[in-house]
Amino acid sequence: MNETLIYTIAILVGLGLIAAVVLYFVAQKFKVYEDPRIDETEARLPGANCGGCGFPGCRGMAEALVKNDDISALYCPVGGAPTMKAVAEYLGKAVAEKEPQVAVVRCGGTLCNRARTNTFDGARSCAVEAALYGGETGCTFGCLGNGDCTRVCNFDAIHMNPETGLPEVDEEKCTACGACVKACPKNIIELRKKGPKGRRVYVNCVNKDKGAVTRKACSVGCIGCGKCVKTCPFEAITLENNLAYIDPAKCRLCRKCVAVCPTGAIVEVNFPPRPAEKPAPKPAEAAQPVAKTAAVTENAPAQETKTAEEGGEQHA
Amino acid sequence: MLKTFRLGGVHPHDHKISKDAAIRIFDVPKTATIPLGQHIGAPATVAVKKGDKVLVGDIIGTATGFVSANIHSSVSGTVTGVDAVPDGGNLRKPAVTIAVEGDEWNPAIDRTDTLIKECTLEPKEIIAKIAAAGVVGLGGATFPTQVKLSVPPGKKVEMLIINGVECEPYLTADYRLMLEHAEELLVGCEILMRALGVEQCRIGIENNKPEAIRHLNEILGSGKYHQGISVVPLKMRYPQGGEKQLIAAITGREVPSGGLPIDVGAVVQNVGTTYAVYQAVQKNRPIVDRVVTVTGKQLGQPSNLLVRIGTPISALIEACGGMPADTGKIINGGPMMGRAMANIDAPVTKGTSGVLLMKTEESLRKAEMPCIQCAKCVDACPMGLEPFLISKLSRLGLYDRLEKERTTDCIECGCCSFTCPSNLPLLDYIRLGKAETMKIIRARQAK
Amino acid sequence: MSNRIVAPSPHLHGDFSTPRIMRDVVIALIPAFAFSVFIYGLSAVFVTGIAILSCMLFEWLIDRFMLRRASTLGDWSAVVTGTLLAFNLPANISPWLVILGSLVAIGIGKMSFGGLGRNLFNPALVGRVFLLISFPVQMTLFPDTAGVDAITGATPLAFVKEALKTGTPVTEIMPNIDLGGMLLGFKDGSMGEIGALALLLGGIYLLIRKVITWRIPVFVLGSMFVFASILWLADPQEYMNPLFHLFAGGAMLGAIFMATDYVTSPMSKAGQAIYAIGIGVITILIRVWGAYPEGISFAILIMNATVPLINMYVKPSRFGGRTPKKK
Repeated sequence: MNETLIYTIAILVGLGLIAAVVLYFVAQKFKVYEDPRIDETEARLPGANCGGCGFPGCRGMAEALVKNDDISALYCPVGGAPTMKAVAEYLGKAVAEKEPQVAVVRCGGTLCNRARTNTFDGARSCAVEAALYGGETGCTFGCLGNGDCTRVCNFDAIHMNPETGLPEVDEEKCTACGACVKACPKNIIELRKKGPKGRRVYVNCVNKDKGAVTRKACSVGCIGCGKCVKTCPFEAITLENNLAYIDPAKCRLCRKCVAVCPTGAIVEVNFPPRPAEKPAPKPAEAAQPVAKTAAVTENAPAQETKTAEEGGEQHA
Repeated sequence: MLKTFRLGGVHPHDHKISKDAAIRIFDVPKTATIPLGQHIGAPATVAVKKGDKVLVGDIIGTATGFVSANIHSSVSGTVTGVDAVPDGGNLRKPAVTIAVEGDEWNPAIDRTDTLIKECTLEPKEIIAKIAAAGVVGLGGATFPTQVKLSVPPGKKVEMLIINGVECEPYLTADYRLMLEHAEELLVGCEILMRALGVEQCRIGIENNKPEAIRHLNEILGSGKYHQGISVVPLKMRYPQGGEKQLIAAITGREVPSGGLPIDVGAVVQNVGTTYAVYQAVQKNRPIVDRVVTVTGKQLGQPSNLLVRIGTPISALIEACGGMPADTGKIINGGPMMGRAMANIDAPVTKGTSGVLLMKTEESLRKAEMPCIQCAKCVDACPMGLEPFLISKLSRLGLYDRLEKERTTDCIECGCCSFTCPSNLPLLDYIRLGKAETMKIIRARQAK
Repeated sequence: MSNRIVAPSPHLHGDFSTPRIMRDVVIALIPAFAFSVFIYGLSAVFVTGIAILSCMLFEWLIDRFMLRRASTLGDWSAVVTGTLLAFNLPANISPWLVILGSLVAIGIGKMSFGGLGRNLFNPALVGRVFLLISFPVQMTLFPDTAGVDAITGATPLAFVKEALKTGTPVTEIMPNIDLGGMLLGFKDGSMGEIGALALLLGGIYLLIRKVITWRIPVFVLGSMFVFASILWLADPQEYMNPLFHLFAGGAMLGAIFMATDYVTSPMSKAGQAIYAIGIGVITILIRVWGAYPEGISFAILIMNATVPLINMYVKPSRFGGRTPKKK
């Protein structure tokens, strides 16, 4: 019995030793030299492997950061400026400052704003639905609501709101990696400047149909009336294909466009409640607290529809 | 032993409830909406403007490039607009709308029923006439016919195959054509044979249409037509009407991956297309109408209608007994490959082979269950692919592997989804993956 | 207007469904079950009942408390696993072992992989082999088919193995073996494996219902037959008649019901053939040279492990020939 035991132990230990020696030599032979700075750089990156920088994972980004002399074109959207600064300090290279961005869902077509005209019964995927037809509502540009964007998010930052049927972005968690932007077959999601204290003004619609068609399909769609373009003192708004767009680089957050938009397609987020003496049409509106989430904020002041109707009809 | 193709296939119930309804000429609509893109390839370039007067058969859109087709007015009247009009899926596509006034035809068109057998035109002239008439594959694929007939240099056609399979359940438009216009059809075969310079023509018909097989055999037996034409009865099996499957069933040859029928010496034309070729070449009649099967289990009067292109589909349903109360889904085409419509005011186009109404109960998909790896989709796939795998790869977006697994061979016949016991939407995802893989391949080839 | 349904094609669906397939398997097992009741009496009902109920219970408990999802009992797969497990047990086994076997089959064999469709190994066999290795005595003592003395009884395979080990030539063993009786089921063994004819009947039902294809059973039994024939022809004194191998032990049960399990068999036809031949050959190898008298359970489990590999490399016959066109 004892002998068996000893033999077993001896053989196993011997095997282990031989394997260790073989492994050592193999490892020596196939060794690949790698810049140790790559590992160090990678350690400074967030490690999310989201691909938001355009490289396959953080390792790819780290390699590029080490290899390129000029890294000003490289940017980690997840870690943002602090990460880039840390990396630049370590590598001794200059880095460009970039303003933090956030994903913005540009559709206000909630279940009550946009009537469903049919039921989609295929695979629960926006890509499948978009490839098939115009969608469940009269608006063929808006959110399909199957949540492809929520499934690609690595940061748990975008969720479907079952009440509105639209995705909502959690600004705290969003890293602006752009995964949802790519996943959305309708190109509704845009990366926009986060803005001072998160304040933003944007057109919450991507519908390029003519005004009358849009109006029929959705009560908060952009009808392309052009009032905002005329109102904007900074020439930040352009109108193309019946759709207004606010250039975040030019917008100075004066919010004049929000007030003139007849359908409430232009929204403002994270602004403090307007003071009562401002030219708000009714005090009820001013008292209304502004919603904190970006996507479905409907500051669409119903009171302004009066001017709206005129503008809209003129256009139609 | 009846012939059929080698791999896969399924056996849906055929439900040919409208098979005894003779083709009925449907009224000219009050307004016609004629889309400029009714075929595969580039949409036609509009050739009229608002206010123009047009006659039936006048060109209103000219082919844009090689793979495209002419569009003709199907009515006489005044053009009221050239605009983006919602199609069956609510997507806006360019179309010409015409307010109908009377029914005046372009004088060049021979509208009589007399059969003209003689055709002495050169192949080139025949193809030019077919192109001018805007003939496209009327089986539903709507591929421009003149492109199919233009044999690339170095390739040789040995056989013309006429597709009278109509393997889609419910549809009977081709079947009625074979019964009611057999002689014109056979002249069409002769014209196509002449255009291609072939001596052999096979008409493939499934054995669930014995009357059509008998009728065509009787006429051929009289010896009036080319001796190279014969009817091949086929064992009923979906998707035998697929071009590649039909060639395999009749000749035993399989088109290689990424290849065309011409690579195995065959050209396939649908029965409806062949009839349209006869009309175009012998009668100068462009495609202004087509036979549409309007059917459904609960529909009052399932019919086969000869409908002008541009007629709203809702009008057809009205004429066949009205919309039944319990209608869940309205399908443009057959139940296996047709498109469910969100907008039934969309017009009939060259590709509309049928309008099928399904009950709500039949329309809804059953709840998905986990894949049990039963391999039924693998056994059913007529292209020898692994649907369970490529569906999953599509979901994951692994396009390199999709290419290796030959996803681009998929003919989107729907056998996999049909047969899946777990009710998985296999084809929904495969279609996505296929489209994306094709895009990647094309981008690479463009480099 | 709003009830209009839009979905991608196809708009038709065949009449197959997972519960229907599983129910068909259960129906196909009824003849064999009836036969074992006929032979073993109420104890067969008792063991099968316990196995099915405990499989269902464990599946429900795991769904409810560990995976925290809706119950998956509706797919009937737990019933199938329970029945198959019971069929692989002796009729006089202790109920506690049946329950333990069910827990291993469902818990480790199936649910630990994520439930139906994801398991690598046939759950019923995982349960069976666990019991066989842990409780070899209880698992190999079968009640006599005569039903008189419910203690002893060796399976024909064990009997032959023992005899061959002691050097008895085959010619002397054969008179003690009644091949016809074995086909009908008058042999000792696990509950479900005794009635070869009843199992064949169930197999024919599954073929008619298109639940299984002929490929796997035929290739398993065929390769067993061919391999055993080669040995037999080489030395008829040392090796048993190939027909004996087909009728003995769990060959029929394994070939028709266990090897054909969808989840744990390959997808392509060629792959299924490779897999089935592997099972046949390994079974004979174990029976002839292995330590255990019966080897089909191990053979199936071993080949189960190769299925992902087979699926990866053995592709179905593609349309248009096998070689992809070069760009």
